[in-house]
Amino acid sequence: METILVSLGGGLMQAFEPLNFFMIVAGCLAGLFVGCMPGLGSVNGVAILLPITFLVPPTAAIIFLAALYYGAMYGGAISSITLGIPGASTAVATVFDGRPMAQQGKADKALMAAAIASFIGGTVSIILFTLFAPPLAIFALKFGPQEEFALMLLAFATFIGLGGDDIPKTIFSILLGLVMAAVGFDIISGQPRMIFFDMVEFQRGIGFLVLAIGIYGIGEMLWTLESTKGQIQMHKVSMTWARMKENFGEIKLYINSTWLGSFLGFFVGTLPAAGATPAALMSYGLSKTFSKDPDSYGKGNVAGVAAPEAANNAASTGSMLPMITLGIPGSPTTAILLGGMIIWGLRPGPLLFQESPEFVWGLIGSMYVANVVTVLLNLALIPVFIRVLAMPFTLLTPIIFVLCVLGVFATTDRMFDTWIMLFIGVVGYLMRKLNYPVAPAVLAIVLGPLAERSMRQSLISSQGDVTTFITRPISLTCVLLAVLLISYPLIQKVVRKRKAAAAG
Amino acid sequence: MTFVKTLSVSALALAVTAPAAFAEWQPRKPVEFIIMAGTGGGADQIARLLQGLIEKKDLSPRPFIPINKPGGSGAEALRYLQDKEGDNHTVMMTLNSFYTTPIIQEDLGVDVTTFTPIGLMAMDTFLLWVNTDREDITDLDSYVEAVKGAGLDWKVGGTGSGQEDSVLTAMMEAAFDYDVTYIPFPGGGTVAKNLVGNQIDSTVNNPAEQMEFFRAGNSKPLVQFTDVRMPAFPDTPTAKELGVDIEYYMQRSVNGPPGMDPEAVEFYVNLFGELFASQEWQDFCTSDGLTCDNFMKGADLASFHSDNVVAHKALIEQVGASSITGE
Repeated sequence: METILVSLGGGLMQAFEPLNFFMIVAGCLAGLFVGCMPGLGSVNGVAILLPITFLVPPTAAIIFLAALYYGAMYGGAISSITLGIPGASTAVATVFDGRPMAQQGKADKALMAAAIASFIGGTVSIILFTLFAPPLAIFALKFGPQEEFALMLLAFATFIGLGGDDIPKTIFSILLGLVMAAVGFDIISGQPRMIFFDMVEFQRGIGFLVLAIGIYGIGEMLWTLESTKGQIQMHKVSMTWARMKENFGEIKLYINSTWLGSFLGFFVGTLPAAGATPAALMSYGLSKTFSKDPDSYGKGNVAGVAAPEAANNAASTGSMLPMITLGIPGSPTTAILLGGMIIWGLRPGPLLFQESPEFVWGLIGSMYVANVVTVLLNLALIPVFIRVLAMPFTLLTPIIFVLCVLGVFATTDRMFDTWIMLFIGVVGYLMRKLNYPVAPAVLAIVLGPLAERSMRQSLISSQGDVTTFITRPISLTCVLLAVLLISYPLIQKVVRKRKAAAAG
Repeated sequence: MTFVKTLSVSALALAVTAPAAFAEWQPRKPVEFIIMAGTGGGADQIARLLQGLIEKKDLSPRPFIPINKPGGSGAEALRYLQDKEGDNHTVMMTLNSFYTTPIIQEDLGVDVTTFTPIGLMAMDTFLLWVNTDREDITDLDSYVEAVKGAGLDWKVGGTGSGQEDSVLTAMMEAAFDYDVTYIPFPGGGTVAKNLVGNQIDSTVNNPAEQMEFFRAGNSKPLVQFTDVRMPAFPDTPTAKELGVDIEYYMQRSVNGPPGMDPEAVEFYVNLFGELFASQEWQDFCTSDGLTCDNFMKGADLASFHSDNVVAHKALIEQVGASSITGE
């Protein structure tokens, strides 16, 4: 413990060295920008800016890239809330409630909740990282395919509660997402499957962002156009000190979801191959399930913004853990960081903590500082962000449309995906009209491939014996929790009906 | 008058420099650097190192963006490159699944001999690894005994049916007359992690994938499938020394889509040639047990590829495609 404190102190000192501190601020700003631009995510940001880091020492370089990574996590929320388009895949769950809040004239509250929750998520996770990195790495190793599948099952279970009370419609939506996730190559045998109309373009599968941008960008826009006939515009918000004070007072509304998201996000982030997107979605689902008022989720509940934002920041810190201790990146962005570390002459792995302590602790120290810097930057910039909403809807709609098309084309570089996105947008609009929840479909396309792979790996290794999922302790715990969660809304419903019957 | 003079001088200057500018093709937008395997694996580490070196040495006016396309043992990446015909801004880091995947998956419609060869960066090697917890396994004999004792409960991790490690696993099954359960993971790094976490029993990882765990004492190599012992592993016998005739290497070459413009090919060949000769790359080769003696390019690399396609066809026929795909 004492050695940790001493090392951490050294790390913090490093973070405040002028060059390093400058790197933190520059990284956070760059991250905010790439995060809030649809189609540009932390992956592109880190890849494009990697060369800059060859001009400075490795510690300053990783500090810059890590700061950029958090900055992007914060930034993703900005376009999710103000425009309703997820700026990055990690911020999809933020749209669920962030968008309705903006429409109700509460964009400032949503942005603030996102910033505060991100800060708490990032801080909780970095404290856990500092204290428990080595033992957590060992725990991550215990996670085999069985445990991974059980965790995915848990994630799906949380989402059964996501679609309101209409469980059949939720399941339909999940299945639709799973079908789309299955398009492309079979992940085990490598055979092409579900190639609609024998079009080779489908071999590449349907990207998650294509679906998310289609449903939330285009679908929502169509829905808003229809329901308002283009008449209304967003409620303008003016920032005053009184309003700020009021907003701070509302922290208690979402603090529980924030804690939940922080711990869950960190934990999911530390597992190799999971990453921040599933973490944010799971956190949203769990927060809703355990909420006193689950029906208000999706209609502008501030806790629905805080839960995923806390989780995605916590997960981005968490995903540094397998990278540093095992040399395995927990997310696409950390994969690029890993490449950077190899060039700087550092070999991530079990020995990095002992062989390059000043590097590791400098990074850890900078994470604390980066969190503070980003939250301050964000709070200061909220008035600027909400200016977007002052635009008339007739102007905003075409801008959103252009950003959707651009965002998809920039990520996949294919017109085909852009058409698919537009098609999905129309489907999303129709689903919305018919009262089908769309969030579960988004979740399914993210988690589907992960769940499929781990399930098939488990079954291959157990030679087809399904009990493999319940004979291992961690896996069994997750499965039991999943069963509980699936039945929880059902039980709730029955209880409520009884009460209603008793009252009536 | 001076104006006319200046104009004619600059026109002359333009005329002189123009042909040189045309010969010097350079990327006009970011180059997609496709990796036909998952993150953390050997190909991924190499591609990311190369990407960083390109930036560090400022070899390209536009960045190289590494993109992993691990799906279907590289099928996704191969199909992607085939569809990019004539594109000058996509190159791919390949491994042996470059040969095996199109052979096993005939309906993929990919012919790698039509691709544009750029340069062979290295030949990678394979070792047989087990977790250090397995104190009962100290050499090849005790390994074979343990596998035979466990039967199909013995789990070998790899990067996908049809990938080189599955070919090597099938070769071992044929040589030692045992059957194992082969479990595919999304990348060599994940395979290594699962070995250390005791989720699987053995692997045939490349040195780079296990190196850090090996140094930390988490995993141990039993056999190397090379001609002679590598300097990085002086105490590990080769299969040949033990009387088992298995020698298998992995090529690490960079290739472009079919029909790349010759000027672009020249640019990439020069770029990767320079990387190959760099101190950083040669140091990486030494520390990670790669063989990097000869930068093969052009027609040599093309015939190297077609020879390898033939050799892998024979190999797959010999061990049977079904033993590789596990069907």
